[in-house]
Amino acid sequence: MSKRGITFYLHVHQPYRIRPYSVFDTASDHDYFGGQAAIGKTNNEAMFQKVADKSYRPMNHLLQKLLDTHPDFKLSLSITGTFLEQAEQWAPDVLEGFKDLVRTGRVELLAETYYHTLAFYYSRDEFERQVEAHRAKIKELFGVDTKVFRNTELAYNDELAQWADNAGYKGILAEGWDPILDWRSPNFVYQPEGTKNIKLLLKNYRLSDDLAFRFNNQEWREWPLTVDKYSQWVETSISDQPLVNLFMDYETFGEHQWRDTGIFEFFEQFVERWLSDENNTFYTVSEAIDANEASGTISMPNTVTWADSERDLTAWLGNGMQHEAMRYLYSLEQDILRTQDDSLIADWRKLQTSDHTYYMCTKWFNDGDVHAYFSPYDSPYDAFLYYLNAVRDIRWRLHNDHKTGGLGG
Amino acid sequence: MLGWELPPHNSGGLGVACYHLSKALALNGSAIDFVVPYSASHDDIDFMRVHNATKISPLHKFGMGAYDSKFFGQTLGEKIEVGQPVGSIRAVQKQYVQFVEQLVADNSDFDVIHAHDWLTMEAGVRAKELTDIPLVVHVHATEFDRAGGASGNPIVHEIEYQGLMMADRIFAVSNITKQIIVEKYGIPADKIEVVHNAIDVATFDDGYSYDRRTYKYLEGLKSEGYTILSAVTRLTVQKGLTHLIEAFAKAVSKYDRIALLLAGDGEQRDELITLAAERGVADKVFFTGFVRGKQWRDAYSVSDVFIMSSISEPFGLTALEAAHHDTAVIVTKQSGVGEVLESVFRYDFWDTDRLADQIVGIATSEALKQTLRHDIMQEYARLSWSDVAKKCIVHYGNSAHQRQGACA
Repeated sequence: MSKRGITFYLHVHQPYRIRPYSVFDTASDHDYFGGQAAIGKTNNEAMFQKVADKSYRPMNHLLQKLLDTHPDFKLSLSITGTFLEQAEQWAPDVLEGFKDLVRTGRVELLAETYYHTLAFYYSRDEFERQVEAHRAKIKELFGVDTKVFRNTELAYNDELAQWADNAGYKGILAEGWDPILDWRSPNFVYQPEGTKNIKLLLKNYRLSDDLAFRFNNQEWREWPLTVDKYSQWVETSISDQPLVNLFMDYETFGEHQWRDTGIFEFFEQFVERWLSDENNTFYTVSEAIDANEASGTISMPNTVTWADSERDLTAWLGNGMQHEAMRYLYSLEQDILRTQDDSLIADWRKLQTSDHTYYMCTKWFNDGDVHAYFSPYDSPYDAFLYYLNAVRDIRWRLHNDHKTGGLGG
Repeated sequence: MLGWELPPHNSGGLGVACYHLSKALALNGSAIDFVVPYSASHDDIDFMRVHNATKISPLHKFGMGAYDSKFFGQTLGEKIEVGQPVGSIRAVQKQYVQFVEQLVADNSDFDVIHAHDWLTMEAGVRAKELTDIPLVVHVHATEFDRAGGASGNPIVHEIEYQGLMMADRIFAVSNITKQIIVEKYGIPADKIEVVHNAIDVATFDDGYSYDRRTYKYLEGLKSEGYTILSAVTRLTVQKGLTHLIEAFAKAVSKYDRIALLLAGDGEQRDELITLAAERGVADKVFFTGFVRGKQWRDAYSVSDVFIMSSISEPFGLTALEAAHHDTAVIVTKQSGVGEVLESVFRYDFWDTDRLADQIVGIATSEALKQTLRHDIMQEYARLSWSDVAKKCIVHYGNSAHQRQGACA
């Protein structure tokens, strides 16, 4: 019998935020993501440096230390192409830190869309191109192949699993959401509906979100969360089951939960505690799949994500502005690709990044405060106006530089 | 002359109208003392004496401009930097009244007191009580207009009612406004004179030339055969902009080579953005935010058709400004400016089908568009502030005369 394992997986991403980009910039200044006007939270370089100092540098340091100290400590990462570009440009040391982690051979990298997009729902061809671009970037920078797929925002349905199965991935990740699981536990490996070989790993959202969202919530009745208490919860959850899948944003460590909350010390001590029992270990996502047979089939005909209390796509595609924004952008696909203009294509893809429509979210109740925290804009309406002007400018470049398409969309 | 603002310290058309009316009156031989409720230099004004009633900075910055009666009673706290602490628009009005009391006490030779809108009506009434000089109350907008269909502030209504009752003569900027004064305030119609505003074309003759780069994308659309519609306005309920967007969406469903420029800002902006997105026309609607200077004038110049969609617009100077920049004009039947223009399309503010028809009509007929643009040029140019001033002077005389008759 194999050991009981924690599959610890972190998602690493930074978008290219649009600067305050007005009607008067449209068709005149084609730099949406930088320049003098990129002030405050829309200054991507400043934002990257801030998060690098608070999260990437100290957490990479801690992860390296844990890998050096504990032969059984392992983890998995998904790193977006837009993050990697920014790290290459602004913080090469952060990128080196990730490379060092991967060189230990105990850190697995996952596949996803290069631009952190929801292209799967708009254009299968474009989706596949972005997955391929990401694969190539990972190979180039880290020299490794990806075997397990995760979609943007953990957006998942049966169709996606079937696509990933056909594409040859051995595994795929999804949210372990109660209404889907019913009586079943997320602490097993499953097989997605309608697939042949691929396995499904489900996020244990309670234990994951205890760290990602609740760790420093002083109104939470379990605050402060101690290593003793959390270890006990993990023990209770896993019991005689094989796995606990802790999936979360990398920035949980240092950015969403600041250093002074004790999140780094907490995690270091938790890893030590977990490994102090010789029946326990950590798995990479591939190891978790290899070590376990599927214990059943799971079907999710409708899309499930890891966001908000609804666990659906409404944070990105819930209102008229968001639908309009995506409609305008994806309608340009054929014209854009035909230009073979790398800079235009890259800008168009940067506008696909799901963060842009997330900033346009108007669901204020319960989750709205989370959205407000992450938005660089005064309001979702400002986010929409800047975005729309950028899409118009893309049209302008198509029209002006490539004699393609019309400005009217 | 009792006013609340003068350019450049103005939040809208009231200051502009007061400036040009005063200037034309002066040119026609009137000597004017003009009181404003703030302290700021008006060095460019040499045709009258401007008095600063308080030491406060220009008020529109604090939400106490001519259009802000809804902020009535709000605390301003430490925002006021100069002078004594001011609690509200009401407190400013009290200081204003005290200043006017002193002014008329020191100068006994005024022939008439001319007070503009509710903001200065109390001071006008008080001056009349102290001196027995005839009072003319000039109504540019009532609380009913500002409330845009809602009931408005009852205290403001009361001040308006008192001012209108006590006035010897009332000037209304349109028949629409006269009608409101008669129907809503119970004032006899023969006490009210309609004095339409005008436009001072010379103000626009300052070396301005249209810069096609300002709205470069819209120019690009025009070169693809698009017709540019615009509204240059505060984005508030009074302006009827939700109806405009509904009508625009209907028009797009019939003919999609049109775009709508909304130049201005206001509390209704987010609602309008949402509505445009829900109707699927968001990429055809351009929100500029607040514009001034070149961006403001170029907004007119880039437009083919200017639309005044107001639910209630006492006059609507922007329609004349737009005409001066060579646009065709569509106005609601609820906009006073329509009374002085013939070559325009009119519609009821709620009649989105009709507006959509008019938009499509102009957008699909070059001849119609050119005719409207050409003909309105002849009409707006005839409107002069000098004529307005002469009319005022005649009625100043009448009000004095009537009072003497009444006293005898």
